[in-house]
Amino acid sequence: MKNKNLTRREFIRNLSVTALAGASLPLLSSCSKEEVEDFLQKHFLEMTEEEKKQVIAKLERRYVEQFGKIFQISTQEALPETLWGYGLELSRCIGCRKCVYACAQENNNSRYARQLHWIRVLRLKRGNLINFEDSEHYYAPETVPEKGYVYLPVQCQQCQNPPCVKVCPIHATWQEPDGVVVVDYNWCIGCRYCIAACPYKGRVFNWGEPNLSKDEANPNVHYFGNRPRMKCVVEKCTFCIQRVRQGRYPACVEACPTGSRKFGNLLDPKSEIRYIIERKRVFRLREELNTEPKFYYFFES
Amino acid sequence: MEPIGNIARETWHFYKKTLFLVTRGSKIYYTWCLSLLTMIIIGFIFYWKQYEMGLIETNLTDQVSWGLYIANFTYLVGMAAAAVLLVIPAYIYQFKPIKEIVVFGELFAASCMVMAILFVMVDLGRLDRFWHMLPFIGSMNFPASLLAWDVLALNGYLLLNLFIPIYLLVRSYYGKKPNWKFILPFILLSIPWAVGIHTVTAFLYNGLSARPFWNASILAPRFLASAFCSGPAMIIIIFQIIRRVSDIKIEDSALFKVAELIAYSMFLNLFLLGAEIFKEYYSGTVHMASFKYLFEGLHEHTALVPWIWTAMAMNVTAFFLFLIPSTRKRLSTLNLGCLFIIVGVWIEKGPGFVIPGFVPDPLGEIHEYVPNLLELMVSFGIWATGLLIFTLLMKVAIPIETGEFTHIEYERGVITKKSLEYLNRGMP
Repeated sequence: MKNKNLTRREFIRNLSVTALAGASLPLLSSCSKEEVEDFLQKHFLEMTEEEKKQVIAKLERRYVEQFGKIFQISTQEALPETLWGYGLELSRCIGCRKCVYACAQENNNSRYARQLHWIRVLRLKRGNLINFEDSEHYYAPETVPEKGYVYLPVQCQQCQNPPCVKVCPIHATWQEPDGVVVVDYNWCIGCRYCIAACPYKGRVFNWGEPNLSKDEANPNVHYFGNRPRMKCVVEKCTFCIQRVRQGRYPACVEACPTGSRKFGNLLDPKSEIRYIIERKRVFRLREELNTEPKFYYFFES
Repeated sequence: MEPIGNIARETWHFYKKTLFLVTRGSKIYYTWCLSLLTMIIIGFIFYWKQYEMGLIETNLTDQVSWGLYIANFTYLVGMAAAAVLLVIPAYIYQFKPIKEIVVFGELFAASCMVMAILFVMVDLGRLDRFWHMLPFIGSMNFPASLLAWDVLALNGYLLLNLFIPIYLLVRSYYGKKPNWKFILPFILLSIPWAVGIHTVTAFLYNGLSARPFWNASILAPRFLASAFCSGPAMIIIIFQIIRRVSDIKIEDSALFKVAELIAYSMFLNLFLLGAEIFKEYYSGTVHMASFKYLFEGLHEHTALVPWIWTAMAMNVTAFFLFLIPSTRKRLSTLNLGCLFIIVGVWIEKGPGFVIPGFVPDPLGEIHEYVPNLLELMVSFGIWATGLLIFTLLMKVAIPIETGEFTHIEYERGVITKKSLEYLNRGMP
């Protein structure tokens, strides 16, 4: 039934795209072939294997031109029987922001003229963890931790019931089978409805052309993750999809000097994250919104 | 083949005459159109810069990610609902003074829809991927995303408000009575549809649990109430201009009736706002922060405070002006009231509604947003586009309504030509 619907939709779409292309032929003929291809590029999940290969080849060519490096663009699918979960021990976090910068470095974020970060560390006065109105995002002392303060790092909480996916008008963002919410940067139209819908500020926008230098570019990328983005599309933490699907930890977990950050498979009873959930005092941010985050904050018990 | 040829000729004549109508006018008309055109061009140049460089050219940020464009969009959706306040008395209660002018109201609604859609389009970061949003062609997230609903609702309303007046005008052009059995269902449909565009637009914000300022169920009713103020207020002003520059008779009684309806809507609007303010301030939870930011300022951030109090003063004054019959039925005070409502509701429903939703943001950051020159110029450009479209539509619609521009006149021309040919041939 679903297939039949798809074929019909596919047919209508192909017909319309042809018509659209035909109608805009005079306009498009002034563009290069590659520009036309970009314009008509389909949603990644609706491409055939052949089309996917072509798109990846095109991207690889472009990245070599742009960054002088050969990129490995993975399209690896979710591992079976996996649902990624994250743990963060608040009693250990010292607010050093090493995770913030390791994240930007790993994920090819724009570095200046909007510096984009997927992790944000809030400094809160001791005695409060819930009300963020008195939080400080841009604290800059000589040394951390500071007396009288606690630190609360926030990033995409990889909700199991993600409001951002619900509001996206065009299916440009969705949840993968391993629970990670990803974006097709080539499908996003930049309406920013997802930014308005996210209760955790888990998404940032490329307001201009991202600024990433040749030296800083990380060539090991995933199509849905850290491949270099373009202007005016949204981006977000993917739990380092390019790493975790290959059995590595996310960059922030590796970077944390205090070992506050934990990561693992929620479906595996022997995983560290399951150990934490079962034995420590865990809580999730804004649980009352029913977003079902897979990001667990906890304290030493 | 003959009838098709005829129709083509007739249609050609119609368009030729239309072109003639819109290119001829008084000095004021030319000045008006040219200044609008200049603003459109300036707006377009600024937009082009935004398109090339990205939204970084605006003052929007990750903290306040929607601004002046979306504020204008929200307001204009309200304006467009204005037509309903004319349609109901005209077609349902057969109130004659309004029935004669309802077509203009519908064309006004269509122009507002064009502006609203343009405001969404300039707000998109990737206009080049616009087709991803089209039904069947792209991959619309329907029915989950309210933005997908809005695309359908707004375009549907635009089509309805073009189709109905054009049908009525074309019938009138041919000197025929409209086939009510055919058109009335569309007219009746346009009433719930107008409520629909509003509700859907309100729900677009309303459904976001991340933003307590919008996440209040009173939102859709408030939207409707304020829409039935600003739209009709604009209509009252426009009708006075139309009757000054053309032969169309628009009775004062029609204007006063509309003003009376505005008074009721404004009462509702203020009442609903009051209900919301009571709830927020009396319960005094942390969710009050956005309200506080709007009305008193938050941690010394007070950008919106003078604006919202101006809006409040204007709305309350206009309410009393329209409530008291003697000030309602005097054109000077009536127009003052209209002006107050147009500006007051714009502040309340535009920037005063969109920006506080983002301040403070979900992680408590307070970032103040004030639009920059580019955003202002692009916005002016879009307003000018809407006004120009409406002006040109009026330039054709008015002569049809007054009976100056008819098919009979064309037929007369054809008959004269034919009889001349006949006479010529008949001559030895």
